This record gives sequence, C-alpha cells and structure tokens, in this order.
Amino acid sequence: MTTKKGIEVSIAASIAAQLARVEVVAAYPITPQTHIVEHLSELVANGELEAVYINVESEHSAMSACCGASAAGARTFTSTSAQGLELMHEILFIASGMRLPIVMATVNRALSSPLSIWGDHSDIMAARDTGWIMLFCENGQEVVDSIIMAFKIAENRNVLLPVMVNLDGFSLSHVIEPIEFPSQKDVDSFLPPYKPLYSLHPDKPVTMGAYAMPELYTEAKYAQETALINSKKVIIDVMAEFGERFGRHYKPVETYNTENADFAFICLGSINENISTAIDELKSNGKEAGLIKLRLFRPFPKDELLAVLKDKKRIAIVERAMPGGAANSPLYNEIASLIYANKLHITLENYIVGLGGRDVHPEDFIDVFDMKIAAKKDNNNYNVIGVRE
Amino acid sequence: MAKPMEQYKWHELNVGCVIDEVGNAREYKTGDWRSQKPVWNDSKCIKCGLCWLYCPDAAIYQTEEGFYRANLEYCKGCGICSKECKPGAIKMVEDVR
Repeated sequence: MTTKKGIEVSIAASIAAQLARVEVVAAYPITPQTHIVEHLSELVANGELEAVYINVESEHSAMSACCGASAAGARTFTSTSAQGLELMHEILFIASGMRLPIVMATVNRALSSPLSIWGDHSDIMAARDTGWIMLFCENGQEVVDSIIMAFKIAENRNVLLPVMVNLDGFSLSHVIEPIEFPSQKDVDSFLPPYKPLYSLHPDKPVTMGAYAMPELYTEAKYAQETALINSKKVIIDVMAEFGERFGRHYKPVETYNTENADFAFICLGSINENISTAIDELKSNGKEAGLIKLRLFRPFPKDELLAVLKDKKRIAIVERAMPGGAANSPLYNEIASLIYANKLHITLENYIVGLGGRDVHPEDFIDVFDMKIAAKKDNNNYNVIGVRE
Repeated sequence: MAKPMEQYKWHELNVGCVIDEVGNAREYKTGDWRSQKPVWNDSKCIKCGLCWLYCPDAAIYQTEEGFYRANLEYCKGCGICSKECKPGAIKMVEDVR
C-alpha cells in the first residue's frame, strides 16, 4: 500500500531519507536547504528515525563528519546549498576519492556575491567535476524517488561513490506537491542495509585516504574515474528495478515530444516543467518543439543523449548559471564537444535563465523557439534571457 | 605492499586505495630521501643516548658495545642527532649512492 499526500518537497526529502533508514546525518542549516535538515533533526529527536544527528559548526565539518561516518560503515545523508556546497568543496573530492557512498540533497541556490538566497545552478556547476554521481529532479516525486535510488546506486559494490540529488531552491524545495511515498516495507526490500566493502573497525584495521606517490596517483584516479563512468550501467539498472517495484519509471535522459520535432530544448531541473508548458502551448499553435531532460548529469550520459540528439537540427541549451568567462555555459560546452566528436550538424544555441531566483516564464521559451531572442545576439556566444539593457 | 608501487596497474588497486594490510608502512623504506648521513666518532661518544632520543624517525639503534648507529633504510639525514650531540661525536657527511 502506498500513500499520497500534499507535502512540502523539503519535508518529503527528509522522509525519503528516513525511509532509506539513514544511520548518520551531519548537516549545517542553510537556506533553502533548512527544512530538510530541520525535519531530520526532529525525526531523530522524536525517536522516529534511529540515527545519529551530528550538529556541526560548518559545512566543511558536515561533509568531513559524513566521510568519517561513511568510512565507519554507516548509511550517511546530508544536505546543503550554495555557499555551504562551496565550503564543502575540498571534502567533496575526498568523499569520491575514498569511494564513500554518501547521499546529499543539494538544494540549488545562487552563489554570493551579490548575496542571494534564491535558486539557480551556480552552486552545482562549480562542483560538477568533484567525482560525485549527480541526479537532477524536476518535481517532488522525483526528489523522493531519487533519494531512495541514490543509496542503492551509491552502495552498489561496483559503484561505491557518493551521489548528489539536486533540487531547485524554493521553486522546488518550498512548494507543496502531491507525493506518493512508498511503504517502509517496500523500501526495505528494495534497499537492504548497507554492507561496506571496507570499514573502520579495530577488529580489522585498515588505512583509508592514505598518501599516493606520483607512481600511484594516476592509477588511483583512473580507477576512480572508471568506476564513475561505469556507474551508469548500475544507475540504469537501479532505475529499472525501481520502476518495476514502484511503478515510476526513470531514465538518465528523459524526453518530451522529441519524436515530433527537429528542435529541442535541453535543460536540468525544475525549469523543465515550464518548458513542457511552453511546448504544449506551441503544439496548440501547430508548432513542434521537444525537450531533453538530463536526469543524470554525472556521469555524463553521452550515449543516451546522442540517441535523441542525432536527428535534431536545432538545439537550445538552457542553463541557470553564468559561464564565468568560459565560451559558453557548462552544459553547452559538454554537448558541443559531444556533437563535434560525433560529427553531427546541429545548430546549438545557449540561453542563460533564472539567475538568482529570477522568474522564468513559458513565454520565454516560446520566444526562444520563434528565434525572437536569438536575433538579439551580441558579442557573447550565449543570450541572457530577460537582462535589462 | 605485495610488489613495488610502480608495478601496480589501475585495476589492481583496492577500492578507494584502502590499505587492508596492517603495518605495511614498515616495508616502505623512506631512507632513500636522504642526501646526508650521520657518522659517529665513537672515541668522542659518551653513550648518553640523546641521538637515539631525538631521532624523529626512531631510526637510531644501540649496538652491543653501547654505541649508536642509524638504520639507513629509514634515516632521512635530517641532522637532528648531530645538532643535539653534546660532545660533537656525530658528523653529517654527504651520502653518495
């Protein structure tokens, strides 16, 4: 039996961690992640979640404590946003390098300065190459399902890597959505207790995170990178098993109306819902546009993307982060390299939207489709939608 | 380590480079960092043992006669023993290998 209720997505995310029977949570509150960790601390304090909640003095300590807990063999969860993710930055590499299956809900928010508490992807794009598996969510149901799947992916013996579940700050984290929660019994059967390959225990001492001389570092990083690339197969398998058991089917790359169109948007996160609305509106006017949603961002799902890209003529890559002096935004650069390497002839356009919580309207995407915005292109390779000039 | 580190292939490493062999740091001979080595003049040595005490790598041992020598598999040639030796019995000399 499953139950469906209207609930704030942040609270739902913490219930997903509870259903996954996390054993250690180490977190520091930061807007817009706060409700997730507040509710987890309540669940622990009320005895509804049998876990250790470690109060720490910073995100650097939060991720460090998570590494220690995971190394000791505990199923470990944390959550952060923006500056918190940046403060964790060096430890993110340690978690992935030590192959610790930590799961983190990253509530995407703009980075200061100027100070902003609102959503965009500048935080995650600055942490994209930290060796974590990264999933992006469009709605609250995906957040709940992804957190449960994330543990099963992370803890697989062929993976053993940390997983980030990204959800947009406020526009996803703070909205109330109807969400179906799987039963504890079904989650227990899908996600058995974590059995670590190695753990810190005095009965069988091991050294973790040791020094590697130049003679070994390259091989160590190659092994880690190979595990990350190969994790895609496990991710696909876990998504398939989740679909069979719970009836909600996920794929690394999902599409909407792409089979009918030469043109497609590519985007990450909750803006995909606005783009879908725009596509429906276009359709009602006899115009066909498709949407390619990256559910999986790391490892980059090259083959799955190519399969949907190859017969397209024009692609608009929509992203919520400034390129920071790069030729284009991060996702554009990766798709451009994929298209070049496979000798495809596709016109690519790059649009920056929704920075620091700026509202994004379906009409903006209709303008993109109609090339009303592309016409305004200046010296940049990309267009910043809605910037006042 | 079961073999020298430059012989390991990437797929032969433990997940996360975990070292699951207890106490194998002993096999890692750190003495080859050394550019100088200590040489004792036993006629000046008063067997006080300060060199043994100060050696940060515990690389100095006492001989049966009660004098001191460095285990050159671990001695890094830092010179602390020579600096601390009150009668000046330890001289650092260039170690050409």
